[in-house]
Amino acid sequence: MQRQVALIKQSLFDQGYLDEQFMELEELQDDANPNFVEEVSALYFKDSARLINNIDQALERGTFDFNRLDSYMHQFKGSSTSIGASKVKAECTTFREYCRAGNAEGCLRTFQQLKKEHSTLRKKLEHYFQLARQAGPKETARRPK
Amino acid sequence: MEKSGFSPVGLRVLVVDDDPTWLKILEKMLKKCSYEVTTCGLAREALRLLRERKDGYDIVISDVNMPDMDGFKLLEHVGLELDLPVIMMSVDGETSRVMKGVQHGACDYLLKPIRMKELKIIWQHVLRKKLQEVRDIEGCGYEGGADWITRYDEAHFLGGGEDVSFGKKRKDFDFEKKLLQDESDPSSSSSKKARVVWSFELHQKFVNAVNQIGCDHKAGPKKILDLMNVPWLTRENVASHLQKYRLYLSRLEKGKELKCYSGGVKNADSSPKDVEVNSGYQSPGRSSYVFSGGNSLIQKATEIDPKPLASASLSDLNTDVIMPPKTKKTRIGFDPPISSSAFDSLLPWNDVPEVLESKPVLYENSFLQQQPLPSQSSYVANSAPSLMEEEMKPPYETPAGGSSVNADEFPMPQDKIPTVTLQDLDPSAMKLQEFNTEAILRSLNWELPESHHSVSLDTDLDLTWLQGERFLANTGLQFQDYSSSPSLLSELPAHLNWYGNERLPDPDEYSFMVDQGLFIS
Repeated sequence: MQRQVALIKQSLFDQGYLDEQFMELEELQDDANPNFVEEVSALYFKDSARLINNIDQALERGTFDFNRLDSYMHQFKGSSTSIGASKVKAECTTFREYCRAGNAEGCLRTFQQLKKEHSTLRKKLEHYFQLARQAGPKETARRPK
Repeated sequence: MEKSGFSPVGLRVLVVDDDPTWLKILEKMLKKCSYEVTTCGLAREALRLLRERKDGYDIVISDVNMPDMDGFKLLEHVGLELDLPVIMMSVDGETSRVMKGVQHGACDYLLKPIRMKELKIIWQHVLRKKLQEVRDIEGCGYEGGADWITRYDEAHFLGGGEDVSFGKKRKDFDFEKKLLQDESDPSSSSSKKARVVWSFELHQKFVNAVNQIGCDHKAGPKKILDLMNVPWLTRENVASHLQKYRLYLSRLEKGKELKCYSGGVKNADSSPKDVEVNSGYQSPGRSSYVFSGGNSLIQKATEIDPKPLASASLSDLNTDVIMPPKTKKTRIGFDPPISSSAFDSLLPWNDVPEVLESKPVLYENSFLQQQPLPSQSSYVANSAPSLMEEEMKPPYETPAGGSSVNADEFPMPQDKIPTVTLQDLDPSAMKLQEFNTEAILRSLNWELPESHHSVSLDTDLDLTWLQGERFLANTGLQFQDYSSSPSLLSELPAHLNWYGNERLPDPDEYSFMVDQGLFIS
């Protein structure tokens, strides 16, 4: 079971969903905060859902205030770095580039992609944490730095 | 904390970030560093907390982008009112942003995602500030203990481990020991005073006084103090606040000007360095002057030559620029402060190095636009350190008598620097001090390396300078691989028994540390 959990985690890294920030979070996990990573992850998804909502609304308005959108995305990007959500972060960067170029179409497209990545990551992490909990406290084999 | 020593353990950190995820992570990270953490999701809330407990925090870490208030604004408020070190954070590491951070007084700028090693060393900023305060308070005539401590500490911390040989002389250690002892002695004059908190009202009084004096004259701390009529306030308090204020004003004025950095480096012909060189002491004056020009700043380019001299004095001087002569210092070029001084110039760092290396620093000249007074400058430099004050009691005789307080006369930011003549230096030197950049401020407080010590010592000091600029490192601008240092630093606490613990590390330890290049910012 633990091995399975470890493998899942490894694949998340290998496929580029997560970067070393996630590992840093794991290092922070200790007896005082045994579920630290999961808590942080939950917090991220909750907060980012809110941000996504804001952006959605802004885009729906159709006015394309690029400065504002860029600002939202800056926030989102900062947030995504917190758990090491690298694919999501990449989409944020792309989105911001489109903002700077004033490319509404590009923004819309990228945003869809971003939401997809975001959703995928959430599901994968939820699955991962669930298994990890089942596997027991020491389930995550630390990936050597 | 008013305890005699300094210990990073239990450092009281206030973290401000509107991102709840990061707030949680940072809290955990800081706790792991054994710091005492308070989190806050809003800038206004943070200000409220800070004002409520004036001496309740040692350092503030804040994100740059916040919904209710610009992080830079918060930074300014904290700097002006509370004089706490502030570290900025952002996911954006663009040079201009970082520059802005420097200009607004950030003592560091961290990029997200932030690593543990970066947080582990933030105590250095606190220590440095405290040392500066002591120096401010002591003003002239201080037995020089504070200076030593600062210098010593700075050197240690900052010591990039490069050419500078951190091997402090034994007597340094003894001196330091003595200093520390003095520090712990409540009756000792070196004991720190409570930090002055510049409340809104107090600041208003200050501003009124300054405006009364007018822009044409140099508004000196003494005059301001007199006008303010606040009995418990000292000239030193006003002086240091004035520095900040000037920086703030000049920042406002200059805005985004990008001054060519290279312009700043005018090296005056006079090379004070000659004089100092031998003493291994860079005329501090030089460095300090560099700024005044406001734009020219960085003239520091001082001798950057490998001569040990150069660096040492310069760095001290606050002059942000001129960085340590140690050529090795990639940093030298770096001189972050300089850039700040140049503030406006967002020149890439690379430029800096060139400037520095090529020209001997004589910023004095540059900005003074006067013939450099080599000997004088050297002196001046010494006196200039005025910031550092007499504490130094350096063997060299500062002509000016080392008016220690840079505060003596601070020309208004709008003043043109050239007016200062070296001869007058001491006070003039002070003027130079009026740097726009905060870096200068810091530097001002730094002491001048004593010529007495080996050059390496001087260089060490220079390094300290660099330290201030350390944050640049974080932003990746750093030439030096600071990142490597942090790891060393992180080992430090364990290794080193903070003298805060009333125990001065053995000289051996220090050497060790130094050798490791600890504290490199």
